[in-house]
Amino acid sequence: MLKVSNIHKTFNPGTVNEKVALNGVTLELEEGDFVTVIGGNGAGKSTLLNAIAGVWNVDSGSITIDNDDVTNLPEYKRACYIGRVFQDPMNGTAATMQIEENMALASRRGKKRTLKTGITKEEKAQYHELLKELGLGLEERMTTKVGLLSGGQRQALTLLMATMNKPRILLLDEHTAALDPKTAAKVLETTNRIVSKYNLTTFMVTHNMKDALALGNRLIMMNEGKIILDVKGEEKKKLSVEDLLKIFEANGNVTDQVILS
Amino acid sequence: MSFLLSLINSMPNAIAQGMVYGIMAIGVYITYKIMDIADLTVDGSLCTGGAVCVIMVLNGHHVLVAMLCAVIAGMVTGLITGLLCTKFGIPAILSGILLQLGLYSINLHIMGWGTETFSKSNLAISVDKYNLLASSRFVKAIVPNNPIFSVGIFIIIVIALLYWFFGTEIGCALRATGANQNMARAQGINTSSSKVLALMISNGLVALSGALLAQFQGYADVNMGRGAIVIGLAAVIIGEVIFSKIFRNFALKLLYCVLGAIIYYMVLQFVLKLGLSTDDLKLLSATVVALFLAVPYWKANYAATHVKEGRKC
Repeated sequence: MLKVSNIHKTFNPGTVNEKVALNGVTLELEEGDFVTVIGGNGAGKSTLLNAIAGVWNVDSGSITIDNDDVTNLPEYKRACYIGRVFQDPMNGTAATMQIEENMALASRRGKKRTLKTGITKEEKAQYHELLKELGLGLEERMTTKVGLLSGGQRQALTLLMATMNKPRILLLDEHTAALDPKTAAKVLETTNRIVSKYNLTTFMVTHNMKDALALGNRLIMMNEGKIILDVKGEEKKKLSVEDLLKIFEANGNVTDQVILS
Repeated sequence: MSFLLSLINSMPNAIAQGMVYGIMAIGVYITYKIMDIADLTVDGSLCTGGAVCVIMVLNGHHVLVAMLCAVIAGMVTGLITGLLCTKFGIPAILSGILLQLGLYSINLHIMGWGTETFSKSNLAISVDKYNLLASSRFVKAIVPNNPIFSVGIFIIIVIALLYWFFGTEIGCALRATGANQNMARAQGINTSSSKVLALMISNGLVALSGALLAQFQGYADVNMGRGAIVIGLAAVIIGEVIFSKIFRNFALKLLYCVLGAIIYYMVLQFVLKLGLSTDDLKLLSATVVALFLAVPYWKANYAATHVKEGRKC
């Protein structure tokens, strides 16, 4: 359903800061795949995610979603296929708008926006139920400005907004990295629950190898803009953190960050 | 005593002027507060509104038709600013500066319509000959075209329309763009067209204010918009400082821009009566705005570097 064919991306070409971020990445996701993506800093994980999201155009190669070629579609037009949660909790929501207004914005993703009212009564009731499922008590604070919520609450809300109209692909960009361990675990648990509830095709970038092994049915490791490991199903279940570290080492890629995580 | 009397006597005029500029302040609020864009087109589009309105009334059109055209002209200026900053990649602040410079020539030509040189820097219109909606002459009279009354109606209509609009799907998309562009794009909002639309609405309101101002003072002048953005910012900031704690509703926030403009002109009238020269007014306005903008920054800095003494054990 998602096909990434031989994409390349170089930042600042022709300057001293030239950085080959994606160097011929090819990847195909099946309906319902939950892929976790790991790799050292600068390996191209987030770059690949941003390429799929359309934050900028790739230099070459193509990206199709459901057989629609989206390679040249701007970010906002691709949004109808994609739900996204960012690393920075501040990024996924509009701080100066209410919780319910944020949800109403998300529910109109991919639809034509008109001069009809921005949020209806039926929607409010529906959002109340959805928020209840998060178990954070946000359903009682639906008119609160999102800026007053904690990072974890904002991230959970962003997750809800990203998934509420069942996107074709859910993109998670280290979405628990900025949270404390307890909150991170809670957000991750919520992620898992929502993904299985709707059977969403998911692409999750993470720094945490344990999470990468515990979640999903498929694991990808990236290094220097390339995919160096792609395992699924039973084979993935057998993998351990030590195995992953060995593969990292084999690629001359052991950093403190890798060891610590 | 006579000072007090003449001050009180001058207040209706100050209030009416504040109300006229209040509509412009609402326009500034939309770009500066909602969209987080400092739009300097205002200095040019205010005069464009006044010029279009006056030339059309002089050419025999009904004043309401003239004002509608003024609003459309203002929206076109906003459209151009918007295109410069979204399609041409010019920073918004510079786009606005380019527009106000370019509009200077255009405004001269609008006012010179039908003359031989096709250019004029000042265009008078008499309320005796033409049926105008707002004239400073009637500011103390009990007539329908007393500006406090007629401009008041415009303010109510503008606030009601904007209150409705910013609650619609498109209006919410605009607010989201102003609040967080990353989020807006991820939710499928075309942030470029949101910005263009907001600039058009804002400058349409500024031109409406210009059209009312030209009627109020009895002429359009190529310099009438000079420093308008500063007056608009002053109104928004004064309104915010005084009323933001009590006015939480969006419609009331728009209203506080108008109140801010009224307070601004009342204070101005006061310092004029104290003997300040009109030549020095712009310096005063700039200083006031600079101070009001600086105070929140200083406060935050102070709070960050001076931790309150902890409780002693």
